[in-house]
Amino acid sequence: MKELFNTILMIAIALLLGGVITRVRSVLSGRRGPSIVQHLHNVALLARKGSVYSPTTSILFRVAPAVYMGSALLALLFIPIGNLDPLLSFRGDVVVFAYLLGLGRLSLVLAAMDTGSSFEGMGASREALYGALVEPALFAVVATLAMVCGYTSFADIFSVARDLDMQMTIVMVLLAYVLVKVYTVEQGRVPVDDPRTHLELTMIHEVMVLDYSGVDMAMIHCANWFKGAALAVLAANAVMLPLCFKWWTVAPLSLLVAVIVGVVESSQARGKLVRNTTYILTVSALAALLLFVAYLLTLNIQIS
Amino acid sequence: MKWFTTYNNGSAIDLRQIPSLSYAEFFEAVRERLSNPACHVAHYFGVPVEETRLRVWCMILNDEEHTIEVASYDVDYYDEELPSLTKEFAAMHPFERDMTERWGIRYDGMPWDKPLRAPSRSARRGGTVDEYPFYKMESASLHEVNVGPIHAGIIEPGAFRFICNGEEVLHLEISLGYQHRGAERQIETSKSLLRQVLLAEGIAGDSAVTHTTALVRTIEKLTSFDSSKAGNLDVERAVALELERMAMHIADTGALCMDVGYQLGQVACEALRTMTINTTQLWCGNRFGKGLIRPFGTNFPLTDELRATILKNVEEIRRRYNEVRHDIKTTPSLLSRMEQCGIVNAQQMQRIGGVGQAARASGVARDLRVSHPWGVFTDRIAHQSIIKEQGDVMARLMMRCREVLQAADTITSLLTDLDCSVGSPAPQWEVKLPPYQLSTALVEGWRGECCHVAITDGEGRVACYRVKDPSMHNWLALAIAVRSEGISDFPICNKSFNLSYCGHDL
Repeated sequence: MKELFNTILMIAIALLLGGVITRVRSVLSGRRGPSIVQHLHNVALLARKGSVYSPTTSILFRVAPAVYMGSALLALLFIPIGNLDPLLSFRGDVVVFAYLLGLGRLSLVLAAMDTGSSFEGMGASREALYGALVEPALFAVVATLAMVCGYTSFADIFSVARDLDMQMTIVMVLLAYVLVKVYTVEQGRVPVDDPRTHLELTMIHEVMVLDYSGVDMAMIHCANWFKGAALAVLAANAVMLPLCFKWWTVAPLSLLVAVIVGVVESSQARGKLVRNTTYILTVSALAALLLFVAYLLTLNIQIS
Repeated sequence: MKWFTTYNNGSAIDLRQIPSLSYAEFFEAVRERLSNPACHVAHYFGVPVEETRLRVWCMILNDEEHTIEVASYDVDYYDEELPSLTKEFAAMHPFERDMTERWGIRYDGMPWDKPLRAPSRSARRGGTVDEYPFYKMESASLHEVNVGPIHAGIIEPGAFRFICNGEEVLHLEISLGYQHRGAERQIETSKSLLRQVLLAEGIAGDSAVTHTTALVRTIEKLTSFDSSKAGNLDVERAVALELERMAMHIADTGALCMDVGYQLGQVACEALRTMTINTTQLWCGNRFGKGLIRPFGTNFPLTDELRATILKNVEEIRRRYNEVRHDIKTTPSLLSRMEQCGIVNAQQMQRIGGVGQAARASGVARDLRVSHPWGVFTDRIAHQSIIKEQGDVMARLMMRCREVLQAADTITSLLTDLDCSVGSPAPQWEVKLPPYQLSTALVEGWRGECCHVAITDGEGRVACYRVKDPSMHNWLALAIAVRSEGISDFPICNKSFNLSYCGHDL
């Protein structure tokens, strides 16, 4: 029962995050903004439509959305919200989680190359580069969590509240910070990418899916939301682990990730594309540093 | 060889006074003049006089002497040995390409012999972008990216072909000419002055006031009409022009913010731009100032009430825009995007004959309000150009910011002590134009130098009408700006110039 509730709550968070970002942006720009579920209506509309395929594309292009959505959904099922239990869990599932995200990315990159469009090729090359650069960050975060808790599945890591000291709590908060950064990269938000831009030459994620329409596009949107929710809930879990670790504290906190992203997007310009690599590497470097510090802390070496 | 010298504020010229040179003399004379950095070509175009003969007119502006120098030469279709001026002066390229495209005149040694307005012109009419002779570089590590001619955004059509090494742009070639409406031809053939004015309003929708002012001044100069004695007419036109400048610069500031994903600047500028164009709408019923500029008078003379509203709005816009400007200048993420991006240095700008705010952002002080003043700029306003040296996207943005504030100041100083009881005359539509005259008017629009030329025939009809939008000069600057930039920075480089596609294609 707890598993089912966890899954439903997870999907609810996934569907809400995008709306919260849009709402925060609207309010900060002095507008009322669309309804918080407007993006769901948009995708529902897409899902009712058929798809159009370019004659230059192959089967790769057609299966990619399904692979992308399937992998994102599967990844989502490994993540517990607070003290709830996830649907799927086994030892070492943290690695499967990271590679499921990787598989989804790979399928989209291949599909983008399959179209033969010069825009999509550029988008794919950028996405592959940033994906490769941000993956170490995700692994370092997960490794830190696994090391601190002594387990290698998300269900075990986030089973009960841990009694961590002050130093380790700070490490947890910083892990959440890194996860928010990973979220911005994976979701293509400012400063790495700008999901609202209409300029093909500057897009990353948006340009890879230019050729998709109808139900395929709807699947890609859903997959993005699932991916985002998994990362946002992970971040909230990490913060709450040493504190009040309950599903009703973690779930609202994961929406705070969307608020943070909205605030950043409203107040800051997108970075220059060539500097994105530096930016993402910094995130990965911070994650590596956290892993090292956490290791020292588990050895009980006092850092003053 | 002495050329005929006139001024922007002068009157029309009798065609017989303009010296007719041989091409060799002309070539030497142009070379001599253009080697002076204060000189540049305002217009250079051919008009058919007989079956195979063309009379070519050339106008060179001297910024220091405030003069317009005019000369002409005749060329036969079968003439040979016309050495290209573009070879030495890159700034001549749009004019020589236009001549080749329109009249089939070939210039020897022309380094960039490509159609100016493919596919709308002559032999290439109806062609597609695939047939355009784009520059090629062959290498396994390079790839080409074609954008357009139809774009995803709500912008005009134009094809951009990039040659890239990964993310770095090595070369950009721009092919325009998808907007041909025959504006010049229609102005020549229409008998009604009202229709001509309406056509001018449609040359480039974002410069309606600029182009209409240029057209009515060209016509007024033919009849020796003195607008400075026609009530508040000069002031009204100047205010309309500066309002247009404010509106477009603010819109571009917002668009630049949008392209870098800076929401705060975008929404603030969108609101301010609406306020500016609504002020114009309040005045004349059209947000872009269509209907406001009319020959020999106006349908919308300023009233005291209107004057007070404009003053109040302009003051409000100025205050709020200044806050946005301060915000932009102090946001690190914006500075890192725009500084050192898309640089066109002063030497390049000078060579390609750049005009307007883009040239001034690169340190080329070209401003008709100073060099060739007309109307209020001759006496009431001592205009001082804003010059920046960096020539990057940030410089062009800051140029816009400063010009908005300056335009607001100009409007304020023009309107503060204006006596609205003087009024302005109503427009006249039935005018007799003198025969065999050449009249030219230069107006500094928000984009830069706009030049209109009219030549009348023996019966006093406008036999030839030529329009030059500042974009003609500046498109090349965009191609230079993106060289060795990241391809993802092309949109902000493009927006920082914001050149006209339809103004280029008449």
